[in-house]
Amino acid sequence: MFDLPRWKIWGIFLAIAFGIAFAIPSLFPRDQVATWPTFVPRTQIALGLDIAGGSQLLLEADLADAERQRVAAMEDSVSQELRRDPRIQVGDISTSDGRVSFILRDPTQLDAAVERLRTLTQGVGLTGTRTWNVSTQDGNRVIMTPTPEGAQQAIRDAMTVARDVVRRRIDPSGTREVTVINQGQNRILVQVPGIDDPESLKRLIGQTARLEFKLVDERADPEQVAQGRAPPGSQILTMANGGAPVALQRRVMVSGEQVAQAQQTFDQQSGAPVVSIRFDSSGARRFGRVTTDNVGKPFAIILDNKVISVANINEPILGGSAQISGGFTVETANELAIALSSGKLPVKLDVIEERTVSAELGRDSIEKGLIASAIAILAVMLFMIVTYGRFGVYANVALVVNAFLILAIMGIAGSALTLPGIAGFVLTIGAAVDANVLINERIREEQKRGRKLLDAIDTGYKEASTAIFDANITNVIAAALMWYFGSGPVRGFAVVLLIGIATSVFTAVNFTRLLVALWVKRKRPKELHI
Amino acid sequence: MKLLKLVPDDTNIDFMKVRNIALMLSLLVTIASLALVGIRGLNLGIDFVGGQMVRATFAQQVPIEDLRGKVEALNVGDASIQEFGDGRTYQIRLPRPEGQDAQAAAIVSQVRVMLQQQYPGVNVGAGEAVSGKVSGELARDGLLAITLAMLGVAIYIWFRFEWQFGVGALLTLFHDVSVILGFFAVTRLQVDLNIVAAFLAVVGYSLNDTVVIYDRIRENLRKFRKMQIVPLLNLSLNETLSRTIVTSGSIMLALAMLLIFGPDVIFGLTAAILLGTFIGTYSSIYISAPVLVWLGVKPDSFLKVDDKAPALAGGDGAVV
Repeated sequence: MFDLPRWKIWGIFLAIAFGIAFAIPSLFPRDQVATWPTFVPRTQIALGLDIAGGSQLLLEADLADAERQRVAAMEDSVSQELRRDPRIQVGDISTSDGRVSFILRDPTQLDAAVERLRTLTQGVGLTGTRTWNVSTQDGNRVIMTPTPEGAQQAIRDAMTVARDVVRRRIDPSGTREVTVINQGQNRILVQVPGIDDPESLKRLIGQTARLEFKLVDERADPEQVAQGRAPPGSQILTMANGGAPVALQRRVMVSGEQVAQAQQTFDQQSGAPVVSIRFDSSGARRFGRVTTDNVGKPFAIILDNKVISVANINEPILGGSAQISGGFTVETANELAIALSSGKLPVKLDVIEERTVSAELGRDSIEKGLIASAIAILAVMLFMIVTYGRFGVYANVALVVNAFLILAIMGIAGSALTLPGIAGFVLTIGAAVDANVLINERIREEQKRGRKLLDAIDTGYKEASTAIFDANITNVIAAALMWYFGSGPVRGFAVVLLIGIATSVFTAVNFTRLLVALWVKRKRPKELHI
Repeated sequence: MKLLKLVPDDTNIDFMKVRNIALMLSLLVTIASLALVGIRGLNLGIDFVGGQMVRATFAQQVPIEDLRGKVEALNVGDASIQEFGDGRTYQIRLPRPEGQDAQAAAIVSQVRVMLQQQYPGVNVGAGEAVSGKVSGELARDGLLAITLAMLGVAIYIWFRFEWQFGVGALLTLFHDVSVILGFFAVTRLQVDLNIVAAFLAVVGYSLNDTVVIYDRIRENLRKFRKMQIVPLLNLSLNETLSRTIVTSGSIMLALAMLLIFGPDVIFGLTAAILLGTFIGTYSSIYISAPVLVWLGVKPDSFLKVDDKAPALAGGDGAVV
């Protein structure tokens, strides 16, 4: 074992040099590292929110709501599609029980109607996956039911869009390193370091931001409206500020999708905070046409199914811009502007888990944690030296290199260090020490049995290796299972443990063996106190 | 330089002499721990039962009654308020609201705003809200992770050694986890997700210790085929004793430093692992080894079937 091939020696030193180079940036403040030249490694280990401070939200999509919206959207498409053929006349389209159904006035047009609907039942870009089933009943009723595959696909699409929208909403708030990832079928995890008051974050994400402009239905009888009854083709919506409900025509004049730009400004007359929006070209054309046709009539601005303001169309609005006022503060107006320009959420998101750690508490934890870890490592190192002398020193060198390697790999892999991670780190130090303890004890035993020094060292390394192997493999199995089945802190712990096991076996076995071999070659020792 | 030797060279302790007493004692402690958990229950954190938690440090001392009154005025459920030493830091815990999961986060905001209005200069250190749905999943995931990790390694050990060793490791782990649970039931320290990490660390360490001892037992079983199992276990334990003491000692040393100098947030975590290291060391000597006698490991357990065959050929059983 003392004649290691040259490539192996170089390999070990190269791996260690590499590890140290990539670990060093983690020991310096972030803004300082940012000024380093680009050719040196600048990877830094990320700190978990429980250490660095920040907010974490787990959002869950309301899938029932998403499905309702999908059915409502289908209702719109169906009525539009059927209107293209004047021979097909239908009664009221109903959307009860998650199905879309309607009766044909002329049963002979049944096949024509079903044929027209066929284009709506194929998912976009999917080969042959039917998203809706169309069936007929009694010769004149058409029923459309969503297929499970279609519903699944819709959820997947909605979650992808929702994630992007959430990201776009958080990014303008100027914080760095925001994490927004999909989790499971219908969840999104949001982590924002540095924000320890998550209120504005929640408001920003909580808005579905479905913006619609609709005409007020002037035919409606106020008494009927108060009782919740609307004329055909109209609906009743409540006011966001708690005023009397209003009846609105179902047809949407212009919607949020046609907003090209939104920003918070101030009303020129009242000075109140408002949101100024500009429509895209098609939106501007539609808005111009509708306002030209309806001068003098009232229209409503609706956000997430609540009326935020009702205003009269004084003159045709042709420039393609409008102003939304509705008792905003500068902050809420700004949030709405961000929400509008980031697009609407395809599905309502609820906060089902929230964790916040203030930066101060985080700073305190990391400071104390670092000092304590340093003391802990020093204590162990001292213990090793008084127990094993020279071989204790080798074990210590391996220990320090091991710590660097863990930092480097975690930095490169981008996994964050959390408080449970620190526990994993301590356990790893233990494992690294244990491997050397096993070897050194074995050497002691072999010497006691009367073996010559070099022979004892050789046998010690060889005989200890099965125990080291078995002990570490069992830990790898345990850590892998924890990682796979655990969540949050359990995973943080498992990741550090997995990385730590790999690096500790390398440093405690290969690296110390190299140090021992170099010593033996240089000094040709006859005896060793161990 | 004279090196430290915690275990003298000629140590020969008869560990197995007290094996039955030790096994009985361990069994008793395990049952007592589990009974305690059943009766007293665990102080489960909001991670596992849902609810809201706000931790705040005030600019000056605040009487707990004063704080309680103001939290109760919010009408957000029965608050449990815990003080951290100096009368300036409190943890306010609230039950999760009935019905809608989404309200949990809103309650944290309410408490936060109230604290900031009523107590100028307050520093809200942490705020957490976990809905019933999520807490149920976290509890299930945590339990699953621990159970499967234990089973997984037991199966590995079964294949690498013999089935008795797998069972032994599993029993040892079960004992260790039970005792730590008992510790949490007695101390009422809060069991949150971080504590699951502590359990896993204990499982990991205990395993490490057990496997190292098993490895030596296996080696000696192959080496001394004629030796009786009890003296063989004693020999193996004595041979590995020095290693056991040095490794456990250095890990406990490191953990003690974390316990004394580390941040408050990891106190429970560190205490659990420290206790676990001690229990794990004890159990690998007094449970995992004696259990092998009980499960009938014989000196020929590690002979290949071919070697065994002649010995068994005279018997009346068919060897397959």
